[in-house]
Amino acid sequence: MRMLDIQGLSVTFGGLHALNNLDFQVNEGEIVSVIGPNGAGKTTFFNMISGMVSPTSGDIVFEGESLLGLDPSQVTARGIARTFQNVRLFANMTILENVMVAQHCRTRQQVFGALFQTKAFRQEEKEINEYAEEVLSFFGTRLVGYRMNQPASVLSYANRRRLEIARAMATRPRLLLLDEPVAGMNPKETAELAELIGRLRSEWGFTIVIIEHDMSVVRDVSDRVVVLDHGETIAQGSFDDVSNDPMVVEAYLGRPVQEAS
Amino acid sequence: MNNDVGLKNNAPNKSQYPWLRAVRFSLLGSLASVFIALSGMPVGLDRRAIIYPVLSLGFLAILWIPVAMAAAAGNETVLEGMEARKRGFVDVGVGALVGLGSTSGICCLMVLIKNFDLRDPFVNWSPQLLDLLSYRQNISVGIGIWLLVGAGLGAFGGLTHLISGFSRRLILNFVFAVIGVSVLETIVTDLSEGFGLAWVTDLMYYKRGGLEIYGALFVGIVSVTVLLLLRRRTTTTRERFNSLSLNDQSRVKFISIIAGSLSLAILPFFLGKITNELLANVGLFVLLALGLNIVVGLAGILDLGYVAFFAVGGYTTAVLTSPDSPGFSPELPWPIALIVVVVLTGIVGLFIGAPVIRMRGDYLAIVTLGFGEIIRLLFLSDWLSDWFGGAQGITNIPGVEVGFATIKGTDPRSVFLLVLFFCAVAIYVSWRLEKSRLGRAWMAIREDEDVAEAMGINTTNTKLMAFVVGAVLASFSGAIFAAKVGSIFPTSFIMLVSIIILVVVIVGGMGNISGVIVGTVVLIGVLGGPKQPGLLQEFSQFKLLIYGALLVWMMLKRPEGLIPNIRRTRELHQDEFLQDAWLKGQIDSEEDNADSNVRKEGKNL
Repeated sequence: MRMLDIQGLSVTFGGLHALNNLDFQVNEGEIVSVIGPNGAGKTTFFNMISGMVSPTSGDIVFEGESLLGLDPSQVTARGIARTFQNVRLFANMTILENVMVAQHCRTRQQVFGALFQTKAFRQEEKEINEYAEEVLSFFGTRLVGYRMNQPASVLSYANRRRLEIARAMATRPRLLLLDEPVAGMNPKETAELAELIGRLRSEWGFTIVIIEHDMSVVRDVSDRVVVLDHGETIAQGSFDDVSNDPMVVEAYLGRPVQEAS
Repeated sequence: MNNDVGLKNNAPNKSQYPWLRAVRFSLLGSLASVFIALSGMPVGLDRRAIIYPVLSLGFLAILWIPVAMAAAAGNETVLEGMEARKRGFVDVGVGALVGLGSTSGICCLMVLIKNFDLRDPFVNWSPQLLDLLSYRQNISVGIGIWLLVGAGLGAFGGLTHLISGFSRRLILNFVFAVIGVSVLETIVTDLSEGFGLAWVTDLMYYKRGGLEIYGALFVGIVSVTVLLLLRRRTTTTRERFNSLSLNDQSRVKFISIIAGSLSLAILPFFLGKITNELLANVGLFVLLALGLNIVVGLAGILDLGYVAFFAVGGYTTAVLTSPDSPGFSPELPWPIALIVVVVLTGIVGLFIGAPVIRMRGDYLAIVTLGFGEIIRLLFLSDWLSDWFGGAQGITNIPGVEVGFATIKGTDPRSVFLLVLFFCAVAIYVSWRLEKSRLGRAWMAIREDEDVAEAMGINTTNTKLMAFVVGAVLASFSGAIFAAKVGSIFPTSFIMLVSIIILVVVIVGGMGNISGVIVGTVVLIGVLGGPKQPGLLQEFSQFKLLIYGALLVWMMLKRPEGLIPNIRRTRELHQDEFLQDAWLKGQIDSEEDNADSNVRKEGKNL
C-alpha cells in the first residue's frame, strides 16, 4: 500500500532550485534511503515533508490526504516524525521529559485537569510516563535508570542521537524520517544502530525514510535507495543497482577527465 | 579573567600577584565611588543612620567599595590541577593599595569641587557634597581621613583571603546582620511591639533611626552566636532529612509547608499597620511576578507589556463595583465582579496575544511593550472617558465584603490576608502547571521553538495559553489593588511597572517559584515598587539606579538568579556537572568512541 506519495515537488529559494520536480513514493513497511552529495536537497526534502518549508509547486500525499498547508505540529499529529541532522534535543530538560513532551499531540489534558488533578489527568500522566520508559528501553540500558532524570545535555554524542530517535518514536508516528542517524558514531555503534533500525520496522511497525552518508548502513537496512542530485532524482532501485549506475558515480565522483575535455 | 590567570600560571614566575588586576579594580573602585558621590546618594542618604553617630547610609553607599574591590582584586580562579598561589601578607598590602586607589577618586573629586564649579552638568556638584565628604573639616584633613579609611578597609578586604572560609562567613554574618537589622528598623520595631518586646528595640535603636553602638554590637554578637550554635545542627538535620525515605521526605516537606503558611497567616495579627501595608504591597507584586514567571520563565515569551493585564483587572473591578463609575455601574459585590474580571482579562489576553504570539524574540518584546502602553492610553483617553473617567480615573471603589468583615485599604491587615490567599492560589497554579503536559510543552518551546513544533506541539495555542494564564494571575492582583486603594487612575499602570516586575523575576530566578517570591520580597519590600514605598523610603530617589545596577550585575555574575531554576543552573555549570559525573564514574565506561571523547573532555577540564 502506498503510504507517502510525492508528485512534482519543487521549491526555489530565490533563484536556487533546491528541489526540482521531484517524484517520490514510499510503501507501507518499507525502508527507503535517500542519498546524494552535499547540497543535493536531502534535508530540504525532509523539511518539506515535515511541514517546515512549503513547496513552490507539487503535492505531498500521506495516506491519501495532502499535507500541503499544514503546520509541522499537524503533520506530526498525522503520523510523521523526524530527527534532525544537527541533533536538536531540549538540552536542559531531562531525558525522560524529552520523550514525555513528544507525546503532546497524542494526549489531551489541559489546564483544568492539571489544576484539579482529575483522575483522567493522573491516568494520562501515568500512561505518558510508562510509554516514555518503554520507548527509552528500546535502546537497552543506555537511556534508562539514573539516566532518565539527567538533563539531555550530559549525554554523549551517540546517545543524543539515540534520544532523538526515541523522541521521534514517542510521537507515535507511522512514518519515521531519520536524518543521518549514525553521523559521528564509530563502526561498532553504527552497526548496532543499523540493527535497531531494522527492529524499528519489525517490532514497532514504522515505515522509515533515512538520509544517510554511511553506505554500509544504506546497504544493510534499505529496501530501496533514491539518489538525489541538484534537487532531482537521478536514480532509484536496489542498493546494488544504484551503486553501479553511471549517473550516480558521476554525481559523487565527477566525470572522467577524457570525456569532459 | 580565567585566561589572565592561566597565562600567569604558565609564566615562569609562578607566585606573582596579579598586579594588573589590582590596578583595574582600583580604577573601577574610584570611578564607582565618584559616580555614586555625584549621583547624590551620600548627601541624600546621610540623614539615615545605620549605627547612630558613626555610620550613615550615605557613607555606607561609598564605603563598601574599597572593601569589595580589594576582596575582588584578590580573587583568583584556581583551575583543577593547577597550583594555587600561596596567600600571604602581600594580599593585605595589595588590598590596602587597592583600597587607596578606590578612594583616590573621591579625593580628586573633593579637590575638583573645591576649585571648579561644574554644577551645570552635575546637579550634585555642590559645596554640601564637599562638606560631607571632608567630614566637615578642612579639605586636606578630609583627604587624609579618606586615604586612611580606604587603606584600612582595603587591607580588611585583602585580609579576607587569609582567613578560613568559616571565619569569613562569621565576619560577613556580623556585618550583614548589623546592616540588615538597622535597615529593617521599621519592621523589627513593629514585630517586637507585636510580641511585646518593644523595650529591646527601644534600647537598641537610636530615637531618630539607626542602631546605637552597643545595639549594633549586640546584634552582631547574637547573629554570630546563632550561626555558631546552628552550624552543626543544620548539617545533621539535613543528613537526617536525606536519610528518610522518599515518602517520608515528601511528608516532612508537606508538613513544613503547612506550618509555614499557617504562621504566615497568623503573622499579620502581630504586625502594625505600616508593616501590614508594606506586606500587602509586596503580596500584590508577588502575584504579578508569579504570573509573569509563567509567561517569561516557563514559556520564554518576553512580555514587556504585562502591566496591561494588571490595568484591565483593576479597571474592570472598578467599573463593576464602584457606585461612581461614570458609564456603567452595576455595583456588583467584589467576589462576583472577580469572576467577570477573570473571564474578561482572559479574553483580553487572547486578543492581545493572538497577533503578538506569532512573533519571536525582540519583535515580540517591542510589540508587547506597545500593547502595554496602548491599554494605558485607552484608559486615559477622552474617547473612553465616559466609561473609565480619563485622567480622573474611577474613585469610591468599595472594599471586599466577606460576610463577617470588609476588606479595604484602611485596614491593611485584612488586605494582606486576602493577598496571601491569592498568592497561595497563584503558587498552586504555577506549581501544578509546571508539572503537567502543558508545562512540559512550555519548557520545550522555551528551549527550541522549531523543534517543539516539529514534535507535535501546537506552539501558537500553547503560548497563547501561557499568556492567558499569566493575564488571569495579573488580573487577581489588579482586582485586589482596586479594592485596596479604593480609586484607580491610569498613572498607576505606567510601563515602569512591567519593567520592575520583569527585573524582580530575573533577579529572583526565572522559572523558579520560590526564587520569584524571594526576589519580589527582597526588592519590592526593601526598595519599593514603582510607586509604593519600601522599607528604605530614603532610597526611593535612587530606586531605578539600584534596580538597573542590580540587573546588570546579576546578568554578568549570576544570570540564573538568586534562587535559580535547577535546569538553568545545570546549563550554566555544565562543565562541572560533566566532570563530577566522570569522577563518579557515571558516564559509560563502554569502549564506544563518543563516550570516551566525553571522558577526555572531562580530563581536560
